[in-house]
Amino acid sequence: MLFKLSLKNIRKSIKDYAIYFFTLILGVAIFYVFNAIDSQTVMLKATKNTTEIIKLMTNMLSGVSVFVSVILGFLIIYASRFLIKRRNKEFGIYLTLGMSKRKISLILFFETLFIGAISLAIGLGLGAVLSQAMSVLVANMFEADMTNFHFIFSKAACIKTLIYFGIMYLLVMIFNTIIVSKCKLIDLINASRKTEKVKLKNTFVCVLIFILAAGTLGYAYYLVTAGFAKLDTVNKIFIPIVLGGVSTFFVFWSLSGLLLKIFMSFKRLYYKGLNSFTLRQVSSKINTMVFSMTIICLMLFVTICVSSSALSIKESMTKNLNDLAPVDVQLTKIIFDKEDEVSNEHVRKDFALSVEETMEKNGFSLKDNLKDMVAFNIYKTKELTLGNSLKDNFDEVSEKYKYLRYDAEEKIMRISDYNKVAKLYGNKTYTLKDNEYMVIADFDSMIRVRNISLKSGQTITLNNKSYSPKYDSCQDGFVEISSNHVNDGIILVPDNSIDGVRVSHKVVIGNYNASSKEDKIKMGEKVKKITNDIWDNTSLISVNNKSDIAESSIGLGALVTFIGLYLGIIFLVSSAAILALKELSESTDNKERYRMLRKLGADEKMINKALFRQIAIFFMFPLLVAIIHSYFGIKFCVNFLETFGKAGLLPSIIMTSIFLIVIYGGYFLITYYCSKNIIREKR
Amino acid sequence: MENILKIDKIEKYYGNKGSLTKAVDNISFDVNTGEFVAIMGASGSGKTTLLNLISTIDKVTSGHIYVADSDITKLKGNDLNKFRREELGFIFQDFNLLDTLTAYENIALALSIQNVSASQIDKRIKKVAGDLGITSVLKKYPYQMSGGQKQRVASARAIITDPKLILADEPTGALDSKSSKMLLESFNYLNSEKKATILMVTHDAFTASYASRVIFIKDGKIFNEIHKGKNTRKEFFDKIIDVVTLLGGDLNDAL
Repeated sequence: MLFKLSLKNIRKSIKDYAIYFFTLILGVAIFYVFNAIDSQTVMLKATKNTTEIIKLMTNMLSGVSVFVSVILGFLIIYASRFLIKRRNKEFGIYLTLGMSKRKISLILFFETLFIGAISLAIGLGLGAVLSQAMSVLVANMFEADMTNFHFIFSKAACIKTLIYFGIMYLLVMIFNTIIVSKCKLIDLINASRKTEKVKLKNTFVCVLIFILAAGTLGYAYYLVTAGFAKLDTVNKIFIPIVLGGVSTFFVFWSLSGLLLKIFMSFKRLYYKGLNSFTLRQVSSKINTMVFSMTIICLMLFVTICVSSSALSIKESMTKNLNDLAPVDVQLTKIIFDKEDEVSNEHVRKDFALSVEETMEKNGFSLKDNLKDMVAFNIYKTKELTLGNSLKDNFDEVSEKYKYLRYDAEEKIMRISDYNKVAKLYGNKTYTLKDNEYMVIADFDSMIRVRNISLKSGQTITLNNKSYSPKYDSCQDGFVEISSNHVNDGIILVPDNSIDGVRVSHKVVIGNYNASSKEDKIKMGEKVKKITNDIWDNTSLISVNNKSDIAESSIGLGALVTFIGLYLGIIFLVSSAAILALKELSESTDNKERYRMLRKLGADEKMINKALFRQIAIFFMFPLLVAIIHSYFGIKFCVNFLETFGKAGLLPSIIMTSIFLIVIYGGYFLITYYCSKNIIREKR
Repeated sequence: MENILKIDKIEKYYGNKGSLTKAVDNISFDVNTGEFVAIMGASGSGKTTLLNLISTIDKVTSGHIYVADSDITKLKGNDLNKFRREELGFIFQDFNLLDTLTAYENIALALSIQNVSASQIDKRIKKVAGDLGITSVLKKYPYQMSGGQKQRVASARAIITDPKLILADEPTGALDSKSSKMLLESFNYLNSEKKATILMVTHDAFTASYASRVIFIKDGKIFNEIHKGKNTRKEFFDKIIDVVTLLGGDLNDAL
């Protein structure tokens, strides 16, 4: 009997449940897709490195999944609370008929069970289909071979989804039981008759709070953009985040009261058609959900920032690779200052050998296997630390940038060595006079630091001789191959000035003597094996292959992109779903009001227009604030992620916008049509 | 006197062939301009259905309703809405004020739907509020007002568009006796001073005694009709009670 009742209830209110149902299915599908990446990629022919990265990625994604499930859990509980509220009267009737609260809980239990089972089934089905598309995306990102492609259903991801969502539904059931056991019959029966109390906030207080909140928000914006340098420790990043979050809340709180007041003063606009009704509806809605609005706004903000920057990281990484790793391989041998610091005799002996000799000794002839080879040394001395090279500007700089290590020894190179490297890379070469030095760098933050002292014409001392800067700023360039702009500064000096200074690194760069990509990778693997074997045994030599850099950089890009996408979609769906549910339940509550408007003679067109505007404002308000937040947020991300390069943000912002329009806009339209359906009078 | 409402043999059937309910069964009557007519009947007698038909909320099965010589049973779609907003004013038992709007805004809404300018709206509201004695509550929300105040605000909303006909459905149904009396006196004021034509549905003899004519309905048919004529309100009330006794049964509880 109870079972039948719940079944009928669901069928009856399928329209009200539609959005809830839709959101659940979407949640299940997304959850499955991102957890199935692991098995989806098994069939791809990928290199060992790529497989490792995918493994790391799946681990990260499953960690993120826990977080995602918490968010979805809150969303589901929130949604079911709404749906229960809508049915207060029905429960009131059950109670007056003598049904026990336990039985009502049982009805709800069955309903949750039904909805849960159906949404899981459909969601998993949808997820299985979507995950095929996902594997295409993954293959595309890793440039992997797709010839073995076939349909795969991931059992592990399926079980995981079942468990996670099972727990969520269980929590909903417990939550529902608590709600039912707490409710009072009188409240249930009178639920629909309750008149809304309009609490108008004091205008003066609103204005005051708004100014304070906007000011705080402005300060937070300032901190993440112009005042970027003030955030010198990791902890301080939380200051603008907390400030931003709190002030967002108060902006919503004050604006919900203020906007209405402002509109009311435009009498001609306010008393036109159904405008007064529309605005009152919106303001009362925003008034009652300031907190939810804040959460939604912040989620949208995170979505926009994360997906814009995640997509652009991937973009710039691929682009950087060709510029910043122009040769196939770099071999680096570390040389220690005092030889007795190293107990291993072989390693100590090896310090005297060149890179070429060490490799020759271990059965790999650089002469035979490399072309375009350049060998050079990097020097370091206690005489020239970062602090010393800034010298006169030290106080000013260290005040501003507290986190720099000023006692680190500077990397020094002979100008002729650098020119050889630059020629090979196709970069600009330089000449220096006897008493001149210059700095090569491409890491923006350090360039800013160094330019302060270069501009002031700071001299440096090396071997008791002083040198003055040839240029008043750092020159663009790099020596070591990498995927990012990470050269924080190399000091170039005239060739003879460095005699007697300690060699800290012996470096060889060059291209493999092979034509095909595969052969190059093979040769790279061989060198890697040799250097791994002798590392710490007979030599401190290491290798950096371009192919490895490429894979890890693509992997990192993909990792960030996937996590960004995952969180972005979930946040977007959650916030849109909350708005939609709220709006739909309001429409049901306000049926009477629309009937009233019809009796007053408002025609359908007018009413639909009012409804559309009302929902549009309701959806746009948090989005608008989120977009303003994002403008500064993205700027911060750009600052923060500049090591990854400076690819244009525009394409990724366009991508994000498309995303936003499809999901958020989709929810908006569904909400509008469902609401229209609810308030339509049946004759 | 001019005929504002002419009801010509209207019928309204519910249900199907198996069980047919004649909610309104061949009713005809006229209402003249400036009249205050009450329709009395027990619950289920068909009086609310009759009102719904006149207000175009429901459609007749057969027959015609003429308001100011135009047949409203032939209206469709937006013409219906136009008719409702321009020719009719409504007053309901449960006030039907929008609880998110102030009294002022509730009244204004009826005008703004008709695209009346903001300055006009203000002038007309101040006027009608003075007439109905609700100037002091204009800034209040429905939940801050008493039942009587709410119903007078609803009356103001009904009258402000200068409708040809005001329809009131059990207007005193949710009011205590003191508020009822005040409201009915405002109705009399609107009727005699503002020349408003009012058609009111009620099952309460006291409320009906404020009208100038009472039509009794039983089982969807007109049972009787009495005029106030030169009688005092008390005498008219006694006459109504006589008919109610004659009607028997259900209406007795109306005392």
